[in-house]
Amino acid sequence: MASMRKLERHQARTAYLFIAPTMLLFIVFTVIPVFMALYLSFTNYDVISKKDWVGFDNYRRLIDDTLLWTTFKNVLIYSVIFVPLNILISLSLAMLMNRAWRGVKLFRTLNYLPTLTSAVAAATVWIWLLHPEYGLVNGLLSTIGITGPAWVAQTETAMMSIIMLTLWQSVGSNMIIYLAGLQGVPEYLYESAKLDGASKWDCLRYITWPQLRPTTFLVSTMSIIGALQLFDQAFVLTQGGPANVTKTPVYLIYQQGFNQLQMGYASAQAFVLAMAILIFSLINMKISKAEESVV
Amino acid sequence: MDTIGSTPTLRVARKLAYYILCTLIAVVMFLPFYWSVLTSIKPDSDIFSMPIKWFPTDITFEHYIKAFTTVPFGLFFSNSLILAASGVLMNLFFGSLAGFAFAKLKFKLNQPLFRVLLAAMMIPGIVTMIPSVYVLKHLPLFGGNDLFGAGGNGLLNSFWGIILPGASGSFAVFFMRQFFLTLPSDMMEMARIEGAGEFRIFWRIYLPLTKPALATLGIFTFQAGWNSFLWPMIVLNDPAKATIQMGLQAFSYNYQTDYGPMMAGALVAILPILVMFLLLQRYFIQGIAFSGIKG
Repeated sequence: MASMRKLERHQARTAYLFIAPTMLLFIVFTVIPVFMALYLSFTNYDVISKKDWVGFDNYRRLIDDTLLWTTFKNVLIYSVIFVPLNILISLSLAMLMNRAWRGVKLFRTLNYLPTLTSAVAAATVWIWLLHPEYGLVNGLLSTIGITGPAWVAQTETAMMSIIMLTLWQSVGSNMIIYLAGLQGVPEYLYESAKLDGASKWDCLRYITWPQLRPTTFLVSTMSIIGALQLFDQAFVLTQGGPANVTKTPVYLIYQQGFNQLQMGYASAQAFVLAMAILIFSLINMKISKAEESVV
Repeated sequence: MDTIGSTPTLRVARKLAYYILCTLIAVVMFLPFYWSVLTSIKPDSDIFSMPIKWFPTDITFEHYIKAFTTVPFGLFFSNSLILAASGVLMNLFFGSLAGFAFAKLKFKLNQPLFRVLLAAMMIPGIVTMIPSVYVLKHLPLFGGNDLFGAGGNGLLNSFWGIILPGASGSFAVFFMRQFFLTLPSDMMEMARIEGAGEFRIFWRIYLPLTKPALATLGIFTFQAGWNSFLWPMIVLNDPAKATIQMGLQAFSYNYQTDYGPMMAGALVAILPILVMFLLLQRYFIQGIAFSGIKG
């Protein structure tokens, strides 16, 4: 008995040793920063000299910061279009590619390739794709007699350009996630539905979609969190312009914190963004729960 | 799919329609790659010509030479390689060490600590961004700092400032833990009876069995490290330490009409991940499917 306990103690000691590096890094680079973020948002920290407590000044200031709310509006418009399209396209692709026909693997691979590109490289390529005169997109449009817009330079189309770019980059991996989800839907559900005379649409509406709810929840949560923190593509493709229509909160926080060194104020902005992310994730959770599963 | 009631001709027609649709989608997804390769090997006169020249008449590598000579692209490339590779090594080692402890060893704080790690994955990166800079700058005894973290620049502007915060990601720990859970525990008991130490059991018996998981995790960590942009841009100020994504962004910003070299640079920035994907495709797909199922 005594030796058993000794063994257990030894095991516990080893375990703590094994997790020590991870926990240490976790404390230094996650736990401390999280609490510090809250603290800094109540100071006027500027890297160089100051770090005085300023109370709610930063939060009062951001209420009247029209540029901040513009960036929130931008990223909301982006999310409202991007997230549903992302789900719709990935799911459609997955259903299309969910069969063992010859060549389907190649199609899957080709759809997946864009997700390998870095945001910077992809945006660089898209700058040139969307070139108003010599770009591929407008070149193709001109063959069918349409004069394409100056995509990234026009306020009406700049956000649309980012949406196209990020969709191109993200539907491939979500397609794979949906394919894994589809493989988990039991075949007998479709068979019995067919016996009951259900149409293809019925199968999709009452079997596939409800069965994929956990997958859709995962995909939508990840896309919401990613979409609200959009930065790389907006930084490279449009540089936040024209007229700030593609400037995002992270972009603004980056400029405020690292170009103008107002890190205290930038921390307050980051906190507001985190709250927004939390709220939208919760709304998404509610919607996902509200949809009663039929089967 | 539904063979009931369809004639052979109808079936062939359907199959044909399916392949045409899939091909169209694949062409759209692949076109940006083709377009950037095409641009990178066309002479300038062909780049700026309408209608689009779909096949190059003369091939040139001047754009690649220009990309590598106007900015130290080779240096950026090796910087990124060092950063991404160190990230992989650290995450594989610390991630599996902690993952093993959480999966296989008994200790009191096992569940609570693991839950905290998991919950922290939900914190959006933007919250910890600014305070992490503060932590890096004021890390005691590093980069000219005294015991209280004052005096120097800490780990700012050093590769460690990129490597350490991500050295043992919660995802790596979670991923490896799930994999260790699927392995039987009786091997451990046997080895213990024969007097093997816990680290030996981990290193010699269990770790070799996780090779597929390590491959998957390694690939994803490498991709994330190679493609990351915002954090390196914040931490690294010295141009000689810039990563390939930073170099590419600066290039496309400073040489806005040099589309040939821009595409050459973008392709070089994509290439390592693309090559890795083509060699290790199976692990990529497994990894995404895993995150889809377990998430």
